[in-house]
Amino acid sequence: MKQMDAVQKRLLQEVADLHDIPEGAYNLRANGESVGRATTANIDIQSKPEGSGIDIRIKSGTKNESVHIPVVLSESGLKETVYNDFYIGDDCDVLIVAGCGIDNCGSQDSEHDGIHRFFVGKNSKIRYVEKHYGSGDGSGKRILDPKTEVYQEEGSTVEMEMVQIKGVDSTHRTTLAELGKDAKLIIRERLMTHGEQNAESVYKVELKGDGSSADVVSRSVARDTSFQKLDLCIIGDAACTGHTECDSIIMDSGRILAVPSLEANNIDAALVHEAAIGKIAGEQLIKLMTLGLTEAEAEEQIINGFLK
Amino acid sequence: MLELKNISFSADSDGKNAEIIRDLTLTVGDNRFVVITGPNGGGKSTLAKIIAGIVTPTSGQMLLNGEDITSKSITERARMGVGFAFQQPVRFKGLTVHDLMRIAAGKDITAADACEYLSEVGLCAKDYIDREVNASLSGGELKRIEIATVLARDVKLALFDEPEAGIDLWSFNNLIRIFEKMRNTDKKRTIIVISHQERILNIADEIIVLADGQVTKQGTKDEILPEIIGGKFAVGTCCKLGKEE
Repeated sequence: MKQMDAVQKRLLQEVADLHDIPEGAYNLRANGESVGRATTANIDIQSKPEGSGIDIRIKSGTKNESVHIPVVLSESGLKETVYNDFYIGDDCDVLIVAGCGIDNCGSQDSEHDGIHRFFVGKNSKIRYVEKHYGSGDGSGKRILDPKTEVYQEEGSTVEMEMVQIKGVDSTHRTTLAELGKDAKLIIRERLMTHGEQNAESVYKVELKGDGSSADVVSRSVARDTSFQKLDLCIIGDAACTGHTECDSIIMDSGRILAVPSLEANNIDAALVHEAAIGKIAGEQLIKLMTLGLTEAEAEEQIINGFLK
Repeated sequence: MLELKNISFSADSDGKNAEIIRDLTLTVGDNRFVVITGPNGGGKSTLAKIIAGIVTPTSGQMLLNGEDITSKSITERARMGVGFAFQQPVRFKGLTVHDLMRIAAGKDITAADACEYLSEVGLCAKDYIDREVNASLSGGELKRIEIATVLARDVKLALFDEPEAGIDLWSFNNLIRIFEKMRNTDKKRTIIVISHQERILNIADEIIVLADGQVTKQGTKDEILPEIIGGKFAVGTCCKLGKEE
């Protein structure tokens, strides 16, 4: 396998909490090419014939295994679109860690668009963690436009944790999900934007099977002059329960547009949405200041807790 | 020692200038347990907030152990050893009880350390340490955590604004025990509690009655308590209301 340089290693640590090569199955992609791969008896990773991504196949009954597929970009001006398909068998219990770190010190825009599709078999349990991180002081923009599609069969559970806290200039995230009978989807999104960043996050969850449920919670902070658009939509086509929550803090001249929407197409669909946007409550700052923090320290603690 | 000299505070209310604290002068000695009581709207909470730096007085001067703190910020006063337990505890989305105790202690305390303070206020720490300080906690639980944040700090002057409000009888007994313990420890610490509760008044070294923004009575428990109980604050409320109309 090729050696990674210090910048790539740092990016890898940010997005996947990895210092070096992970255990279990993995595929590392750096600057547009695969730099390392490992498969296990139960998890197979193959490059797509056209070279545009990978297929990950997880055998039925695979439990307590993990797959890491982080991507790092440290070259300025690189633009790539990658298709990763996950075929997960029945009765699995697997952790999938993805994520992308971009370091752009140059003047050209760098962009990574990951298109992830998950086909989750019956009664399988998947935990998916995706972190996005950008660094570098070049004038070139760091752009991430991920698209995630999830197809859940009967009785399956998918938990998704999406985090983008730092350094990504522009992101347009789309997440689509279709749930069968008794399937369960839990999404936790954490988003923070700085400077002039622009982030758009669109969720469309379709509850197609009886007994299916979705809980989509987004917490975000918009600082400086950044802008966020959060579009959370749940469609209930069966006897199902859905909940969306969009909770945002605005600071400085940050702006947020929250567009939660619900569509019930079945008399037994029970859907709820909550949305709140506001600045940090003055009394929260005061409370922490009476414990000895300065206003700036209090702000930091409140934001850290909120995005944890 | 805390000295308040000619403190006044007025605020605009419905276009009228309302005087909430009027030319108040007060000295609280070291290692005292002082209870401030008096009718609602008398200025008690405002006075506590003025001492903590949350409310800036219109005029007057404040000294803490001889140092002028009048223009000091909330943070500076907190770092000088002023602690304040809010009447209505603040909720935080995302911050856990452990986070809050860590901030209060000013260092990275372990779960075991945090547990000590929480068990002081009658919470089984194991069940609470990782809970968020949000609406999922009851008013009484939040109130006890609020008190624990003051216990976790090494304060010289502790202010409690109606600590009994919103807590159940069992916790109330515990609260009395906490205050007794706080005053019996040998640390040089002054405790000021705003309360209407006879049992809290009963453990005071000193009672201050605040009405209409002024100290109307100040003295030892034995002097003041008999005057208050069965006195004009406890009876004749209807007549008083009648007069105001």
